[in-house]
Amino acid sequence: MIEKLKIIVCIKQVPGIMEIKINPETNTLIREGIENIINPFDTYAIEEGVSLKEKLTASEGGSLDVEVIALSMGPPHSEAILREAISLGIDNAILLSDRAFAGSDTWATSYTLSKAIKKIEGWKIIILGKQTLDGDTGQVGPELAQILNIPFIGYASKITEISSNKMIIKRLMEDRYETFEIRLPAAISVGKDINIPRVPSLRGKMKSKSIVIPVWGIDQIDMDEKECGLNGSYTQVIKIFSPEHKYEVKMVHGTPDEQVNEIYSKLKELSII
Amino acid sequence: MEIKVDVQKCTGCNICKSVCMYDAIEIVDRKALINENCIFCSACIESCKYDAIEISGMETVLKDFSDYKGVCVYLETYDNKIIDVGFELLSTAEMLADKLNVSLSAVLVCSDEPGNLNEIFNFRLNKLYLVKSHVFENNLDDVFAKALVQVINRYKPEIFLAGATMFGRTLIPKVAAIIKTGLTADCTALSVDDDKKILLQTRPTFGGNILATIVTKNSRPQMATVRPHVMEIKTGKIKIDEKNGSESNPSVNQKDRIEYVQFDQSKFKTKYKLINIEKETEEKINLNDYDVIVSGGRGLGGSEKFAMLKELAGLLGGVVGASRAAVDANWISYPHQVGQTGKTVNPKVYIAVGISGAIQHLAGMQTSDIVIAINKDPSAPIFKVANYGIVGDMFDIVPKLISRIKSSK
Repeated sequence: MIEKLKIIVCIKQVPGIMEIKINPETNTLIREGIENIINPFDTYAIEEGVSLKEKLTASEGGSLDVEVIALSMGPPHSEAILREAISLGIDNAILLSDRAFAGSDTWATSYTLSKAIKKIEGWKIIILGKQTLDGDTGQVGPELAQILNIPFIGYASKITEISSNKMIIKRLMEDRYETFEIRLPAAISVGKDINIPRVPSLRGKMKSKSIVIPVWGIDQIDMDEKECGLNGSYTQVIKIFSPEHKYEVKMVHGTPDEQVNEIYSKLKELSII
Repeated sequence: MEIKVDVQKCTGCNICKSVCMYDAIEIVDRKALINENCIFCSACIESCKYDAIEISGMETVLKDFSDYKGVCVYLETYDNKIIDVGFELLSTAEMLADKLNVSLSAVLVCSDEPGNLNEIFNFRLNKLYLVKSHVFENNLDDVFAKALVQVINRYKPEIFLAGATMFGRTLIPKVAAIIKTGLTADCTALSVDDDKKILLQTRPTFGGNILATIVTKNSRPQMATVRPHVMEIKTGKIKIDEKNGSESNPSVNQKDRIEYVQFDQSKFKTKYKLINIEKETEEKINLNDYDVIVSGGRGLGGSEKFAMLKELAGLLGGVVGASRAAVDANWISYPHQVGQTGKTVNPKVYIAVGISGAIQHLAGMQTSDIVIAINKDPSAPIFKVANYGIVGDMFDIVPKLISRIKSSK
């Protein structure tokens, strides 16, 4: 009897902050020509999904059929990152897109993702990047896990053991590593230290060009307009502004000894020394 | 629900398009047009000088939350102590409770009463809810979430705050999801809207390059996690007459303000099996706990060069940080990385040695109180965000600084 095991990797397209320049006069961001990219931490999530499939297939391949699915909630052009995920070894992808989803806070996002996941049979592991470049909250992982009533380990640093019904994970906290055993189904979020993402394979690239990526909207996942987007959100942004950066650089001139003396005095003034 | 541009008011000035991070605005025939990429972040609404942009069709029926009253703070503990962020939270919460003229309470979830428990009575705390049991021996988010949900549902605070520690950032979203209420992560400022009497939550987004103010419109409590080491801890004690009680509750002394919350322990089963905890004892990696960070970048050239930064950090009572370049080159381990894909820090002093100052790095340290930059390249972007800049050879400057400090001891 071949058991199906699906790994779902939730990914998000974000504005590539790498390209951002700050207008020196107004201290605001210059948005021109910014490309959209896969949220950096999600690259590690994709690699972990593919890598877990390889491990599970190696250890239980005879009785287990593992599939890795990338799921992204976003505007239509998010399809690009799903294709990128396919080129990196993901088996299938689903785009969750509907005008009704726009304006979702982390609750509405988590709830919408959970509705989509419930439509996928046989899912056992959910992997997310630990936070996004734009939102920076890190809330979707634990909220999603709570809605699905499954254990969640954030900041996963290493999955030391994986089987079809449990995993042993090490996570990095502020000053310590904690190792947990949890039963599947479960969700984890990952940071940079968990793996080294592979580069796209030629086969992956070809598959990413031809594969059909279904688009699921509000009807496909049995949601009501009131439950999604801005209407379905508990929080709302009422103001956006640039932080006041008071940058007055004092360049310290002179010989190295003079420069060191000045810094030494400053540190003494600040009671650091 | 939709976002629309009033074409009568719009002048096609392009400001909204220049602030939109999501490519959602085009200028067509000298009028702004918002497309399907819009995520309703409100940046354009904020920026428009002509008030030409509006979100309409929102649910405006507000629920009645009059039974939710008071500000409540979750005091996270570790190693049998209430951690610093708890006192930072109490300082801010006291201010908020004063403004709203409501009570201030706190909740502790632990297996043993923490050693520094009495310090919370330096604040005008009306109640401490103590949830005590062996099931809380380790910080496990499922049983802790259950405990907090019970307290919140029983005592109904209108505002609930917690520290945005790594544990907090997993625990509190679970609490918010169970209760089904709004949660704002990692806030750096909290205040009260005087008219609406609601919490205004300000937090950094885009690595701190943009700040957003957020409200929880139609649910309670209004929940927020607060970034550690940002809010000041109030100094000075409230005068307490032990016999007669506190300044705000003359008839209630400290012990009477503690309520031991009763609950059915058998319902608190955890799904997590904690196998082991390895404390990092060799190197100091909890960067956020230090006032001084000495950080090294690509300019250092090798892992052995970090030794001088370690020495300098040690002399200043600080810790070593690194840019992504140094970590990717394996000169130092990932917990030391500061930046967009590393840690966000805000120490008193950040010394950047051989770091060019790429925007991703700045995202992790630009809120430091004082930045001292040492780099041989005068055009390095790090100098734009530094308070003091030295253009020089780090291998000359740093050892000289180390000797200077040692010689004065």
